[in-house]
Amino acid sequence: MVARYPDCSMRPVAVIGLGKTPFGAFPDRDLRSLAVEAGSKCLENGQVKASQVEAFYLGNFAGPAFVGQNHLAPYIGQGLGFDGIPATRFEAACASGGTAFFHAWAAVAAGIYDLVLVTGVEKMTSQTTPRVAEILASAGDVAGEMKAGATFPALFAMIARRHMHDFGTRREDLAAVAVKNHANGARNPYAHMRKVITIQQALAGKPVADPLTVYDCSLVSDGAAAVLLAPLERAAEFTSKPVRIAAVAQTSDRFALDQKDDITTFPAVRRAAEQAYKMAGVGPRDIEFAELHDCFTIAEIVALEDLGFAPRGQGGRYTSEGCTLPSGPLPVNASGGLKAKGHPVGATGVGQICDLALQIRGEAGEMQLPRHELGLAENLGGSGASAVVTILRAA
Amino acid sequence: MKVYTETVVHSAPEAYVNEAPYQIAIVVRDDGSRVTGRVLGERVVIDDQVELAETRGGVPYFTKRNQ
Repeated sequence: MVARYPDCSMRPVAVIGLGKTPFGAFPDRDLRSLAVEAGSKCLENGQVKASQVEAFYLGNFAGPAFVGQNHLAPYIGQGLGFDGIPATRFEAACASGGTAFFHAWAAVAAGIYDLVLVTGVEKMTSQTTPRVAEILASAGDVAGEMKAGATFPALFAMIARRHMHDFGTRREDLAAVAVKNHANGARNPYAHMRKVITIQQALAGKPVADPLTVYDCSLVSDGAAAVLLAPLERAAEFTSKPVRIAAVAQTSDRFALDQKDDITTFPAVRRAAEQAYKMAGVGPRDIEFAELHDCFTIAEIVALEDLGFAPRGQGGRYTSEGCTLPSGPLPVNASGGLKAKGHPVGATGVGQICDLALQIRGEAGEMQLPRHELGLAENLGGSGASAVVTILRAA
Repeated sequence: MKVYTETVVHSAPEAYVNEAPYQIAIVVRDDGSRVTGRVLGERVVIDDQVELAETRGGVPYFTKRNQ
């Protein structure tokens, strides 16, 4: 582990602009048009011209496999009107967006650039479901677990089985995550699925990988999200509502699930959280709301524990008791999460930052939470081999 | 060798669509190392004892060991 980080000298950085496309299935939209829409809205929101942007960071998981296009950052950058600036794509499976955000933040914090645009995008729905499963599976160990017939739902199903075995987590606890996130998503105009479901529906869903049903799995979506970063000291030039990046940490861990000692915890998330809490000078009890990586219901439960919000093994109970509802002590995924908002893989991590910032700016509409000054986002890659944890606060 | 965790896959990737539903498991070998493989025949649950039935294309196939 890097010894200096997070104890190194850095400039404070702010989010000064936000832009999102709706998440959903958009047969008439291509990957570039989605990314350009989010990026353009973001520049407009931050009142920045394309010619002022100094670097472009793109989060994208599998554009080459989903749509056959590679070299994506300059391809999208040109569409945004950039000319000559560095344009780089970051890939870290489902943490691609968070990873691009981390590196953009690092460059501004280090004083290399002042104005940078981060965009995350994925275009997934032009492929069949089995082909999508196969492309997603390439984020796992292709020569090992995936060759045996695993899929990502199967990996998280195996995590759920072990969590249930070790801690007594119930099938109903998983369903409670889905019910809550669907109810939240129904209030989000940008969500893929705006449908309230009952616990009975969630339990009776079509099986995907036992014990997970379709209601435990996030959605295959198209979409893009973007944020604009600047040094905090310059933020007032662009916005009356700057949001400070109090902390961001990126970590990694063992790659395949069968290489981990204990699959009921994500050490990468624990490590990133530890660094982020230290950098922000806060603890889990200070956090007012969170956007967590609920690619599967069990992932939100494990994240609650890894981030210190619930005791080890108690994430399911914590959820079933209502603690993560918008009215609870720690609202989680007020946006609907990946479950209801949708999970265009490369866009997800950047979308989480947008959703935190919307809350902090008081612009979350029907989703607006009563306490919204200090929020945390957790973005997970693969079955835990990559993680990014971010803490944002009102500037 | 025993089962550390398992799942029955209903929604399979393209290459295995015709084989679904099938069970996979992470199995702890006697030396403590772990491997992901397929389960043949009777379904298994966590802590069940299994044995290696065969290896196909580098993938271990396990069967439940009856006591």
